Formats: sequence, C-alpha cells, structure tokens
Amino acid sequence: MSEPVSGPPFEQPADFEFTAENLERAKAHIAKYPPGRQASAVLPLLDLAQRQSGGWLPRAAMDRVAAILDMAPIRVYEVSTFYTMFNLRPVGRYLLQACTTTPCWLRGSEAVVAACKRKLGIGIGETTADGLFTLIEVECLGGCVNAPILQVNDDFYEDLDGAATERLLDALKSGTVPPKGSATGRGGSAPFKGKTALTEPPDAAVAAGWTRNPPGAEKQGEKEDAG
Amino acid sequence: MLADRDRVFTNLYGEHDWHLAGARARGDWDGTREVILKGRDWIVNECKESGLRGRGGAGFPTGLKWSFMPKTSDRPCYLVVNADESEPGTCKDRDILRWEPHKLLEGCLLAGVGMGVSATYIYIRGEFYNEAQHLQVAIDEAYAAGLLGKNACGSGYDMDLYLHRGAGAYICGEETGLLESLEGRKGQPRLKPPFPAAVGLYGCPSTVNNVETIAVSTAVLKRGAAWFSSIGRPRNTGTKIFCISGHVEQPCNVEEAMSIPMKELIERHAGGVRGGWDNLLAVIPGGSSTPVLPKEICDTVLMDFDSLVAQKSGLGTAALIVMDKSTDIVRAIARLSKFYKHESCGQCTPCREGLGWVWRVVERMVDGDATVAEIDTLQEMTTEIEGHTICALADGAVWPVQGLIRHFRPELERRIAEYRAAAPREAAE
Repeated sequence: MSEPVSGPPFEQPADFEFTAENLERAKAHIAKYPPGRQASAVLPLLDLAQRQSGGWLPRAAMDRVAAILDMAPIRVYEVSTFYTMFNLRPVGRYLLQACTTTPCWLRGSEAVVAACKRKLGIGIGETTADGLFTLIEVECLGGCVNAPILQVNDDFYEDLDGAATERLLDALKSGTVPPKGSATGRGGSAPFKGKTALTEPPDAAVAAGWTRNPPGAEKQGEKEDAG
Repeated sequence: MLADRDRVFTNLYGEHDWHLAGARARGDWDGTREVILKGRDWIVNECKESGLRGRGGAGFPTGLKWSFMPKTSDRPCYLVVNADESEPGTCKDRDILRWEPHKLLEGCLLAGVGMGVSATYIYIRGEFYNEAQHLQVAIDEAYAAGLLGKNACGSGYDMDLYLHRGAGAYICGEETGLLESLEGRKGQPRLKPPFPAAVGLYGCPSTVNNVETIAVSTAVLKRGAAWFSSIGRPRNTGTKIFCISGHVEQPCNVEEAMSIPMKELIERHAGGVRGGWDNLLAVIPGGSSTPVLPKEICDTVLMDFDSLVAQKSGLGTAALIVMDKSTDIVRAIARLSKFYKHESCGQCTPCREGLGWVWRVVERMVDGDATVAEIDTLQEMTTEIEGHTICALADGAVWPVQGLIRHFRPELERRIAEYRAAAPREAAE
C-alpha cells in the first residue's frame, strides 16, 4: 500500500537511536498494552522514529523498533510498508498530501493539485530541489464537508481553491505556517453562511436527563420491569 | 425538523470549550455514576429498547451487540472504539473526536460497564493528528478528575482507557483488521467466526463500536430509550449526524432526526443543490460504498436504514455525496474504484486482483473505450467478487459500480457509441 516516493538516490543512515525524550515516550506507549503484548506499540514507535528522523523512516530505525519491541525485523518491515503514513524515502520539510478522492474531486481538488504543481514545479511523488516540499496524492482524509483538503505534515487546510492553495504555499515558502483549518474562516463543519442548527445555547439539565430528575427515574423503573 | 433540545452533539461545530469544564457545563459526566449504579443489565436493556443501531455503517443493533459479551470471563474483556473514520464522504466522527471528546469518553465508560470490560482502546486514524491531541488531553483530564481509571466516577467500577493512533489504512476500519492493527500487525481482517465477542483483541472477548454509536449512547442512557426511540421511525430510531458534501451550496455536518427526507435534509441544512434541486443528477447516500441514487429516487427517499435498503442502497455512515448535472458520473465512480483498489489489503484474490480489474474497466468506460458487452461482463464480475472475500471491503467496492450500471447504463452505452463512432477501427472488437 505504501508506495515509495520517487526521487534521487539517498543514503540509509548506519544506525538509529531514540533520543532520551523519545525513549520515555516510547515506554509510555508500550505501557498502554498488557505485558507480552508490546508489539501493539509498533505503530506509535515507528511514528516517533519517523518524526525524529525528519519525516521519513530509515531502515535502521525500523530495526531499532524491532529490537525494542522484541519483534523480528521482517514483522516491522511488513508494518512499515503496509501503512501509507510511513515514508520510506526522505521527504521535504513540508509533505503536501492532496486528497483527490471523489468528495474532494467534486469540490475542485484538481485545482489544488494543479496549483501545487505550477507553484512548485514538481509532479506527484516529487520533491523540490531545495528540499522544502514533497507533493503526494492521498486517499480520503475524512474531512469531506470541508473539501478540498490539502494536508501539510500534520495539519488539514480546508475549503481550498487554486488561489488559496497558492497563498498557502507562498506563506510556507517564506517560513510562516498559516493557521490550519478552513480557508473561508468558517467554524469547523458548520455551513458557510450561518447555522441551521444549534442556534440555542446548550442545556446541561436536558442532557443529564433522568439522572437529575427523580420523577423521571420512576418511569425508567417501570420500563425495567417490563423488560 | 429536530429541535435543538433533542440534539445530542451540542458542540458539533466547536463553538464551545471542548475541555472538561466546558463539557461538564453542557451536561457531560453529569449523572454518570447514577447510570452506572443502575447496573450492567439495565444499561444493555435500555440500549436495546432504544433501537439504537450502529453508526459506523452496518447498522447492527447496538444493545444486542453488547449482550453478546460473556457475563463471566476468566480473561479480560475489551471495548475497542473504531475512530478510523475513512469512508469517503464521512467526517462525522472527526467532529466528535475534536469537539465532543468527553461525550465519547463518558460513553466508553457506560458502554464498558454494560459489557463488563476492564479496558477500552480507542483506535483513531493516524491522519487525525490534531483530533488525537484533543482526545488525549481529554483522557488526561478525565483521569485527573477521577472519572476514568480506578473507581471511575466513584462508582466502584475500574476501567482504563487508552488512545492508539493508526498510520493510514482504510482497511483498519474493518473491525478485525482494526484488531490486527492494534496488535501490531498489518491490518488484514480475520475470518469470522469466531466473532470478536468470543475471540477479539489478544484473543479475549471484545466489542468494536463506532465513535458516534458510543458517544450517542450517553444520551440514550441518560435521557432514556423512550425519548430516543420517539425520534425517527421504528427500526430507524434516534438522531444521526449527517455529512453533506459535494455539489451543495453549504456543505456541512448536521445532527438531524433519523428518517428525514433526503430532499428536506439537503435543502434545509446544506443550502440546497448547487443550481437548484432540478440541477441534481445523483446522490451517494451513505458514504462511498453505498450505491448511487438518481434524482427521481432522491426526490422522495427517506434517510434511514430501511428506506435506503429498499432502494438497493444503504444508510451506511449517513454521508451524502451530492452530484449536480455537471458531474461526470462515470469518472466519479471510477475514482471510487481507484480508492478501493488502493485500499485492498491484498489478502483475498477476488479483492486484490478483482478490484484492479474493475477499476481499469470502469476507467476505460469514462472515455467509452469499451464494448456494450463489457458492461454485462463488468456486472457479472462484480457479483463474482461480492461475498467471496474475508471482509466486506470488496462488497463495498463493487456496490458503487453496480449502482452505476443499474441507474446510468444508458450513459455508459452513449459513451461507448460515441467513442466507437469517433474511432471505429480501434474500438472494433
């Protein structure tokens, strides 16, 4: 599933060691799972290793994770090649992940991809010469009512068009990371032009139901008998 | 239209504080202990009576699923929450994870009591990095306040809860693929039976539930089955978050009553179809795997399990992908075929090989580079793939193509005829 990003030849570092801070994080992840089930931590540890290595996963890091988790290295390679978020080659400082699945496509993802290609002079799977940007195409990111979406590293940029994408890339080039979220400034998944729901303030007493209202509890009791 | 007081997700748009204090001010973690003290049987029974059906796509009755967990077990039991939301069109769980995390956590505890679990794992898709950050902060807040962990909410019940991030694989939304992934392997689904309630996470009894199912169950248990089942229709009860994407004026998420007419839902909340209702071509009603419906069905269909099944489609995740008359419908479906081809885990031959074949044929049909007989071959091939694999990914992958053939065959034939007229020699059989 994970397809290596094409590009120039690169060197695999000879070894990898977690920083003391990341080793602590790794231990915290391992502690989430029952004794003997430490292999469950393989995804979080590979993620830590990838972050420490500047956005990609060297072979030595996979081997280190295998050693820490007492897994055969091949089991770790199987995982790192199966999941799409692991980059098996170096990537740019900003990994541009353009969603082009149908909901984004219907809202103009082609314009977002075209803006990236035009502005950066690279194609899908390529990295700019200055090492700043890598552009890849990804499948549904799960923000479809805010389509089209471009994920930059960890953040979603939403409701984009060609011009908004160019502005985003300009900002990144100049060293500023714009706030994530909708390019239109709308709040989350609410309609652009004003809400059609949730116009009244929340009422905690309503949400708490019978637990705050003893007479209601009697009704529940009747139901219990019937059941 | 659903009244605001009947809406469960009062912070769906993130306008209010999502931290513990803000969640408490909206009624979360309020009365949790009282519900727990009602006991395991009461919780499962209330859930059964509410008619709540799973919100992750399959629509299995939630109370019944909870009742499958063993009453006594010498092994630990687990609740696993499926937050691997990645069905194209669907983005409802994302709003719960980032802005209603405490409702989800409270639901985990209540459902956990209902099933006698000792620990809950929430498996969130890796791309939801910021959502996972919110959720982890919420978990830490809940532990610090004594709401989770030992003697949760002062109820005498112990339940631990852990967050686990995935790393990009649609198949991990399939419950046994998720369990494999959570155990540290490739997310390749397991054969069933045994079902997870017997042999699940680490070989122990487990139940996998969707985020919305668990979060909405807090309201079911606190406001009562009678309230929940008074919304919607029999067998299709309660409220539901709908995701409306594509060619509408105002794409949005909204919580509405189950069984709301599709047209009313789109016009009232999404500002209508771009260019007006008559400009509608088709709607994919419940996430990408549910077959597309042409306008004449959309005019009257209700958004619930039974109405959409009657139209040979499904409610799925209740994510509507709206397409107006400017849409190249064949390309729209071909892109979904590419998605499923990409996301096949590669375990079963009909899926691994078949979905690539299906995609290549549909891709040719975008330009009409095919024969009319190939439409029938394609249809037949989809039925050979469907039902012949370990999990339902392949089923979900071929249903959109079957829907395309069912409702847009004349369009496919028109393109083939045009292509053959333009290039008769190349198109010859």
